[in-house]
Amino acid sequence: MDNSYADMTLERLFCEQPHAREFFSALGLSALPEGQTLGTTVAALNEELLLDVGIERQDLLRQFSDYMAGVERLRKQQQALVSSVTVLGGHDKSGNPENFRLELRPGEVTCIVGPTGSGKSRFLADIEWLAQGDSPTGRTVLINGAAPDLARRYAVEQKLVAQLSQNMNFVMDLSAEEFIRLHAESRMIADPAAITATILELANSLAGEQFTPLTPVTALSGGQSRALMIADVACLSSSPIVLIDEIENAGIDRKRALSLLADQYKIVLMATHDPILALMGQQRLIFKNGGVSSIRSTSPAERANLTLFEAMDARLTAVRHALRNGEEIAGGW
Amino acid sequence: MRLITVAGPPSSGKTAVICKTAETLQADGVSVGVVKFDCLSSGDQALYERRGIPARTGLSGNLCPDHFYVSNIEDCLDWGEQSSFDLLVVESAGLCNRCAPHIKDVCAVCVIDNLSGVDTPRKIGPMLKMADIVVVTKGDIVSQAEREVFVHRIRQVNSSAVIIHVNGLTGQGGHELGRLLRDAAAVDSLQGKLLRFSMPAALCSYCLGQRRIGADFQMGNVKKMELG
Ligand SMILES: Nc1nc2c(ncn2[C@@H]2O[C@H](COP(=O)(O)OP(=O)(O)OP(=O)(O)O)[C@@H](O)[C@H]2O)c(=O)[nH]1
Ligand SMILES: [Mg+2]
Ligand SMILES: [Zn+2]
Ligand SMILES: [Zn+2]
Repeated sequence: MDNSYADMTLERLFCEQPHAREFFSALGLSALPEGQTLGTTVAALNEELLLDVGIERQDLLRQFSDYMAGVERLRKQQQALVSSVTVLGGHDKSGNPENFRLELRPGEVTCIVGPTGSGKSRFLADIEWLAQGDSPTGRTVLINGAAPDLARRYAVEQKLVAQLSQNMNFVMDLSAEEFIRLHAESRMIADPAAITATILELANSLAGEQFTPLTPVTALSGGQSRALMIADVACLSSSPIVLIDEIENAGIDRKRALSLLADQYKIVLMATHDPILALMGQQRLIFKNGGVSSIRSTSPAERANLTLFEAMDARLTAVRHALRNGEEIAGGW
Repeated sequence: MRLITVAGPPSSGKTAVICKTAETLQADGVSVGVVKFDCLSSGDQALYERRGIPARTGLSGNLCPDHFYVSNIEDCLDWGEQSSFDLLVVESAGLCNRCAPHIKDVCAVCVIDNLSGVDTPRKIGPMLKMADIVVVTKGDIVSQAEREVFVHRIRQVNSSAVIIHVNGLTGQGGHELGRLLRDAAAVDSLQGKLLRFSMPAALCSYCLGQRRIGADFQMGNVKKMELG
C-alpha cells in the first residue's frame, strides 16, 4: 500500500492527478468529501456502500496505488520506442526449417500473402506472443535486437500489435470528435483536443467523402470508418505494429493511408490478395504449409508494374462510376 | 487438480473461450472437464460434449445461480477428482451483477465482451473487480480504439488482473490463456475456503417467493430509492 496517497487530501490528489477522480467514479464512489486525506476518507466509508460497490476496504488503497502506478507506466511508455522487431524462422507444418531472419522496422510496410490456412495468423500470433522457440512454429522474436522481457507477454498496455480489419465497425454511440477524444483521454495524452483535431483532419484527407466532427461514428460510410480507424491507429494506438487485413478499394486513398502509418513510425504488416496493395509494400512474405516459404523485396520492375496496375484500377473505377450513373459502357475505356 | 472459476455476463463468450482454450490444452495432453451453472436452461453441456469435453450442468431454478453454485461446488470438485481431470473449469452465468463465484486462492477468470459497451466494466461488480484474469472477447468486430478504451475501463476497476484478448470464434489468444490456466494453483479441497466477496443472501420477501406487490408484503432487507 502506498501511504503517500493515503496522506494526501482528495482535493490535492484530484488536482495533481486528474486520473485519480476517474478511478473512484468508475468504482461508484463519486461525491467523496475532498477536504480530508484519502486515508481518513477510506476509513470512514460506510460498510454498506462498500458492499454495494463490491470492494473491500483493505483492498481499496492497494488497488488505487496499483492503478496510479499503471497510469504512470502508460505515461512513460509513450516515449519507449520499438526500433526493430526481428523474427527468426522456425519450421513449417511438416517440420521443414524456414531459415530466415526478418527485420521489421518502423516506417516500413511488409505484405503477407498466401492462401487461407497457410500460416499467416500463426505468424502474427508469434509476434504478439513474443515467441521464444516455444510456439508451435518454433520461431523466435527479438525486440530492438534482443530477447524481450517475457513479462511483456501478458502486459496488455504494452500490446505490440494493433489490428485493422474489414470486419471491424464502430459500435459506440458517440460523435467522431467525442469518440477520438475518449480514446485520447484513455491514453493519457497531454492535449486531447489538439490530437483529436489532427486525427479528424487526417481521416478526412484519406476519405473520399468528407464528414464532420459531429457525425456519429456509427453513421460513417465504409470508407470514412476505415479512414478514421487508420488515422486513429496511426496517431493514438499504443502499439508499434499495425496489422491490416486488406483495405477495401472504395472511399479511401489507400496509398496515403499506408504512408500515414509509415510517417507515424508504425511497423505495418498487411495481409492482402490485392496486387496493388501487395506491391505497395517494401517486401512481402509468401506463406505455404504453415511456414514462410520465401521473402521477396519489391523489385524496380514490380514497381513499374504497380504504376500500370494503378492506371488499370483507375479505369475500372471510372467504369463502375459510369455504371452507377446509367451510362452505356461502350467505346474507348 | 487445478480449479478455475469462469464468470461473465450472459453471451459474453465464456463457452466459446473455454472450448478454444480446452482444445489447446488437450492438444498438450492436459485433460479438461467443465461444470456449467445457470438459472433455467443451458445448452452449453451439449456444446462442450460435442467437442469431446466432459461436462455437467447445474440449474438453480429460482435461486440466484451463484448462491446455488456455492452450495454445490465441493461436489463438483469431487466429480472432477473422480474423473481424473487435470483441470476443472466452472462456468457460471453471471446473471446477477452483485454475486461472483470467485474463491480466494482459486484462479478466477472473468469474460467480458467488447460489444457490451464501454460502461459495462463499471456495471459488473466483484465478478470483474476480483478476477485474476480478465478475458476480453469479440475484438474482431470493433475498432482498435474501442478495444483500447475498453481495456482502460477494465483497468480502472481491476488494477492488478492480467487482461488478455481471446477471439471466441477463431481461438486466437486461446493458446496464451491456456498457458496461464495451466499455471493455476492446484486445489485439493475447498473445505473452509473463502469466497472473494460476500454474496447478498435471500434477504427480502421477494427472494423467498413472494409475488404480491405492496408495503404489507415487503419484509426483511428492503431498500427504498430516492426519487427527489
Ligand atoms: N465475433 C465474435 N463472436 C464471438 C466471440 N466469442 C464468442 N462469440 C459468439 O458470441 C455468442 C455467445 O457466446 P457463448 O460462448 O455462448 O457465450 P457465453 O458467455 O458462454 O453465454 P452463456 O453461457 O449463455 O451466458 C456465440 O454466438 C459466439 O459464437 C468473439 O470473440 N467474436
Ligand atoms: Mg456459456
Ligand atoms: Zn446473486
Ligand atoms: Zn430479494
